[in-house]
Amino acid sequence: MIELRNVTKRFGSRKVLDNISLTIQDGETFVIIGQSGMGKTVMLRHIAGLFDPDEGDVLIDGVKMNGANRKTKEELRERIGILFQSGALLNWMSVAENLALPLVEHKKYSPAEIDRLVDDKLAVLQLTDAKFKMPSDISGGMKKRVGLARALIREPQIILYDEPTSGLDPVMSEVINQLILQLQREFKVTSFVVTHDMRSAYTIADRIAMLYQGKLVQCDTPENIQNTANPIVRQFIEGRLEGPIEVRRD
Amino acid sequence: MRPVMKNLLEVFNDIGYQILEVIELSGYCVILFVETIPFFSKIWEKRKDVLYQMYMAGVKSFIVNAVVALFTGMILSLQSGIELRDYGQAALVGHLVTATLTREMSPFVSAIVLIACVGSAIAAEIATMKVSEEIDALEMMSISPIKFLVMPRLIALMFIFPLSSVYFTFVGIFGGAIVAYYKLNIPWQMYYNAVLHGLHFKATYVGLLKSYVFGVVISLVCCAYGLRAKNGVIGVGQATRSSVISSFMMVLVLGYFITAMFFG
Repeated sequence: MIELRNVTKRFGSRKVLDNISLTIQDGETFVIIGQSGMGKTVMLRHIAGLFDPDEGDVLIDGVKMNGANRKTKEELRERIGILFQSGALLNWMSVAENLALPLVEHKKYSPAEIDRLVDDKLAVLQLTDAKFKMPSDISGGMKKRVGLARALIREPQIILYDEPTSGLDPVMSEVINQLILQLQREFKVTSFVVTHDMRSAYTIADRIAMLYQGKLVQCDTPENIQNTANPIVRQFIEGRLEGPIEVRRD
Repeated sequence: MRPVMKNLLEVFNDIGYQILEVIELSGYCVILFVETIPFFSKIWEKRKDVLYQMYMAGVKSFIVNAVVALFTGMILSLQSGIELRDYGQAALVGHLVTATLTREMSPFVSAIVLIACVGSAIAAEIATMKVSEEIDALEMMSISPIKFLVMPRLIALMFIFPLSSVYFTFVGIFGGAIVAYYKLNIPWQMYYNAVLHGLHFKATYVGLLKSYVFGVVISLVCCAYGLRAKNGVIGVGQATRSSVISSFMMVLVLGYFITAMFFG
C-alpha cells in the first residue's frame, strides 16, 4: 500500500504539491493526470524516495520512505519498479545487459537464471530481436519498452510508470496498457501511472486523480471522471482552450 | 539606488555566491571520498570498470601527454640552455630539466592534460547520466552510484596520474636531450650524466605524491560536478566547464601547499 500523508513540496517559492493526502491500495492501478509541469512526476519521485517532502510523509506498506536510511530505502525499493520517462537506459550497455544489471549487481541469481529472466521479459515486451542492440541503435519507443522490461525484471509489487505510452504508436501503447492490466490481474501489482494519454488512463485505471496547482482537484473512477462536472477536469480531458485552466503560452 | 551601486552590489553578490558554492562543493567532495572508501573493498568485483577507466585515462591520453611532455622538455632545455650558455654552464641543462620536471612540471602539466582529456569527460559523462535519469535508475535498482561510477574512476585516476607523471618526465627529459644535442651542442653522454645528477629522491617522491593527490582530487571534483548536474543539456555543459576550472584551481593550490610542506 502507498500512502501520502499531507505531503507538501516547494521548489523555491512555488508549491508544487500542496498538502496532498492519498492512499493507493494493494493491487490498485492509480492514474494521475494533469498539465505538464504541475508536479505529477514530482509526486511519483516522492513515492520512489528520490525526493523527500518538505512537509508530510510517504509510506510504503506502512514504512516511511522519506528520511529513511539507505538500507531501509534499498529494502523498500526492492519492492518497487520504475519506468522513467526516457527509459533511463545505460548507454554503454546492450539491451540485455541493461535488463540484467540489477540481477547481476545483487548476485541473487546464477548467470543461467539471469539469462532466462532477461529472455522472458524481452519476449513479453516483444523485444527479443533487440537483445544485443545498444540503446543508441533502438527507437525511443523501444527504449521505453526496455525500461519497462528492466522495471519488471525483479518482479516488483509496486510499479511506478512515468508517461508509459508517450512516444509509442497506438498499437504499442495498447500492448503496454494490456501489460499493465495483466500485471494487475495476475500478480496483483500496485501501479502508479503518470500520463497525459486519456485513452490509456480510461483503459487501465481503477482510479484517476487530477493534479492542478498542487492539489488533487478530483479523484474518482474512470467513469465518474469521464462524466465529471468539475470544470477544471472537464476542460483538461476534453483538451479545450477555454475554461478555468490558465493556458501558459510562454 | 544608483545603477553603479546596484551593479557593484550584484558583483559582490556573485562573488559571495561563488565562494559559498566552492565551500559547499569542497564539503561534498570530502563526503563523496568518505562514502567511496567502504567500496574500495569491491575493487575486484569492479576490476573490469577500473581497468576500462585506466585504459581511457592512460592509453587514450598517451599521445597528447607525449606531445606535451616532449615540447615541455624541449622548451625547458632551450630556454635554460640559452641562459646557461652565457655563463659557460650549458652542460647543466640536463640537471635543470630533470629537476624542474620531477619537482613540479611533470605532475602539474600532466595533471592539466588529464583534466582536459579525462576529467572533463568524467564530468560530462556522469552529468549526462544525471540529467537523463540514469543515476536515479541506478538508485531505484539499489545500485550505489558511488560504487558503480565514482569508485572505479577514483581508483583508476589514483594510479594513472603518478604513472602519467613518470612517463611525462621520461619523455620531457628526452625532448630536452634532443634540443641539448642539436641546438646547444651538448653530447648525449654529458646530458645523461647531468640528468642523473638532477634526479633527487625527495623531489621524485614529492612529485609522485602530488600526482597521486591530484588524481584523487580531480576524480572527486569531476564526479561531484557530474552528480550534482541539473537543468538538462545546459547543466551538462555547466558541470563540465566548472569541473575543469575547479580541478585546475585545485591543482595550483594543492601543488603549492605540497611543495611548501616538503621544501618550504
